[in-house]
Amino acid sequence: MNQPTHPTPTAEPMVRAQGVRKSYGPVDVLKGIDLEVATGEVFCLLGPSGSGKSTFLRCINHLEKVNSGRLTVDGDLVGYHERDGRLYELKDNEVARRRRDIGMVFQRFNLFPHMTAVENIMEAPVRVKKEPKAAARDRALDLLARVGLADKARSYPSQLSGGQQQRVAIARALAMEPKLMLFDEPTSALDPELVGEVLDVMRGLAEDGMTMIVVTHETGFAREVGDAVVFMDDGVVVESGSPRDVLTAPRHLRTQQFLSKVL
Amino acid sequence: MKLLAPPDTARNRPSEDIPAVPVRHPGRWAGAAAVVLLGAMFGHAMLTNPRLDWGTVGGIMADPSVLRGLRTTLELTVLAMGIALVGGVLLAVMRLSRNPILSGASWLFIWVFRGTPVLVQLFVWNFLGALWPTISIGVPFGPSFHSWDYNDLVSLFTAAVLGLGLNEAAYMAEIVRAGILSVDRGQPEAAASLGLTHGQTMRRIILPQAMKVIIPPTGNETISMLKATSLVSAISLVDITRAGQDISSRTFQIIPSLIAVSVWYLLFTSLLTIAQYYVERRYVRGTTHSLPPTPVQRVRTALRARRAPLVTGGSS
Repeated sequence: MNQPTHPTPTAEPMVRAQGVRKSYGPVDVLKGIDLEVATGEVFCLLGPSGSGKSTFLRCINHLEKVNSGRLTVDGDLVGYHERDGRLYELKDNEVARRRRDIGMVFQRFNLFPHMTAVENIMEAPVRVKKEPKAAARDRALDLLARVGLADKARSYPSQLSGGQQQRVAIARALAMEPKLMLFDEPTSALDPELVGEVLDVMRGLAEDGMTMIVVTHETGFAREVGDAVVFMDDGVVVESGSPRDVLTAPRHLRTQQFLSKVL
Repeated sequence: MKLLAPPDTARNRPSEDIPAVPVRHPGRWAGAAAVVLLGAMFGHAMLTNPRLDWGTVGGIMADPSVLRGLRTTLELTVLAMGIALVGGVLLAVMRLSRNPILSGASWLFIWVFRGTPVLVQLFVWNFLGALWPTISIGVPFGPSFHSWDYNDLVSLFTAAVLGLGLNEAAYMAEIVRAGILSVDRGQPEAAASLGLTHGQTMRRIILPQAMKVIIPPTGNETISMLKATSLVSAISLVDITRAGQDISSRTFQIIPSLIAVSVWYLLFTSLLTIAQYYVERRYVRGTTHSLPPTPVQRVRTALRARRAPLVTGGSS
């Protein structure tokens, strides 16, 4: 019902949620989410804090377990595999295998503080994909150059600004060559003048055709780069559509109220 | 000292001291004088006492039985701490496991081994042969393939290592657990999102960061262990303390023996302290922008400065 009006003709969407529910004890955080994210799309999730948008994002790579409903990534059910109409819970290493293809960027960067920038980026390719170290290092340096930090390879995270740390974090996620990137409020912990450099990197990714789901308060970014925008509140999708529809001419009162405060 | 500097460079030196008469601290001076006086009196009493023969102290320190005891003490310390470290990490990971049997077993181990005196545990390991005279391997509750006599399998030395090591493992478990819990929750999440398994996350991401919290108390525990090994004389294993006592009961050189043994202990605790300093530095990588220089580096810098004194320096 709340499907984005994006004109991608591909049969299987990258992410499909059908009636996804999540609760922590008696608190319902997600109350039945239905949405589809097409391959190559930049999908922006907006909403007040506590609306469940970050939780939904974390469900996609199984950092949180869904209580009911169906959630698929590239056709695969998240956290389970299905055979003869029965669901089997995935083993830890199978969950880990699925996560390789989904990059995630966190609000608080979560770089590994005991490793340099280049080591942060090499870690997963070397340990998870068993890439040779020299090759992984070369690729890591390329990625650092791509996010504009070629000269910071040997810096530790504590020696970098917030914006630089977040760009390293994006490079770290890209090193696994994911087919989907999740951004959990990637600029919310940054000083205002550092937001632009991170958004620039994300804009570049979008231009390269990466499928991205972005939880953000940056309506400017959503308007400019987003292909689809969803406004969530209190665990449900209130409104969805093209950035122009949702951000410029919101139909719902709740969306209007929220946007009038954010803009 | 400022005379040589052109007047406008003063602005470029914001940390220039304000010329003012510093506060005097007569109390500190009096206290320091008292400490120096008491120290001198004690030193004088020790060095000039005709009943304390320093040559004897040196002789006891170099006595072959004392050196053999020293070796036992050091071996016990290394082996027991080895067991404690490996066991501690294992117990801490078990304790944090979601499996209630594993975390319960770890809790029970810590409860027993931390809750009874290490001296009692040493006796237990030494006399466990009374309870199980033979140890066999085979099918659980079924036939056995081979048996050993307990006292052949567990020598005095082995009993000492097990007693000290397993007791210490219980303490190390809590230290390691505190270290693991100190790591930010976002770290395992970031590792998981990259596809690292639980084991890889623990080894590569969590434990290296936990080390920062684990190392200082572990240094403490190692120094404690060095001294706690003296308890093994209770199960008649000859460590350095026991060797010193044997000499004093033979020659009645009681105080010189105690001093000789203490000097050996002090020497090795000092070495351990230095080792701890350097290991700690290794594991704070990335957490501070730049590490302060080590004492050795500081001495080297000072020597270099002395050789080529800075003209612009503020010293007279």
